[in-house]
Amino acid sequence: MTVGEIRVEINSDQDIVVARQRGRVMASELGFSSGDATLIATAISELARNIVSYASKGEIKLKGINSSSRAGILVVATDRGPGIADVRQALRDGFSTSGSLGLGLPGVRRLMDEFEIASQPGQGTVVAVKKWRQ
Amino acid sequence: MEVPILKQGAFLIATFQAALSDADLNQLRMGLVQQVVRFRSRAVIVDVTAMDVMDSFASRTLREIAHMIRLRGAETVIVGIQPEVAFAMVQLGLTLEGVATALDLEEGLAYLNEKFKVTN
Repeated sequence: MTVGEIRVEINSDQDIVVARQRGRVMASELGFSSGDATLIATAISELARNIVSYASKGEIKLKGINSSSRAGILVVATDRGPGIADVRQALRDGFSTSGSLGLGLPGVRRLMDEFEIASQPGQGTVVAVKKWRQ
Repeated sequence: MEVPILKQGAFLIATFQAALSDADLNQLRMGLVQQVVRFRSRAVIVDVTAMDVMDSFASRTLREIAHMIRLRGAETVIVGIQPEVAFAMVQLGLTLEGVATALDLEEGLAYLNEKFKVTN
């Protein structure tokens, strides 16, 4: 099955809801269980919230992917915000610079199967996460 | 988005919808506490059965609601957290420590009726 690519612009907290709803629909279309779709939607919600909290605006890209033996979903959160000075610190539980719970990134990593982050202070942040169908 | 708040005797019942934005949740937090004051309610049941995602912001808001209502001298019971949502919350490391929870609305009402010995 081919499910195309969806881009959701993230400019406000309303867009967080839109992004996670689109993500849930796409996950279901890709054959994920309802439980996995919930994990994916929750991860998207956290990533989109980071964009709103730290960068004001950015974009969430959702895409169906295939490896040799399995299908999955790719979620890429991109912003041109202030970037993260210390990525390793940001991946530690309890770390936050915006007064939030600080669970965002480590939590997202636990919700998904693969997690990649690239961030450049002053340039922005790209977080790419994947989940494979069971 | 409007969140219906029902008055049931000494209790209030707030039914959360699936697509609540952060702004909706913030508004609800103030609204609920004001209603508790207005009706001199003893407890609030927050029904989250319809919520398909409970992220860090939503769960922090729920905890804040419960703590604000406690400062007002009333209690909060969160009911209807779906199994999949509970699983995602645990993965995210989110807890609702110090907040009463119950399986569904019926159980939540039973818990409060027992606690306050009132008949609604």
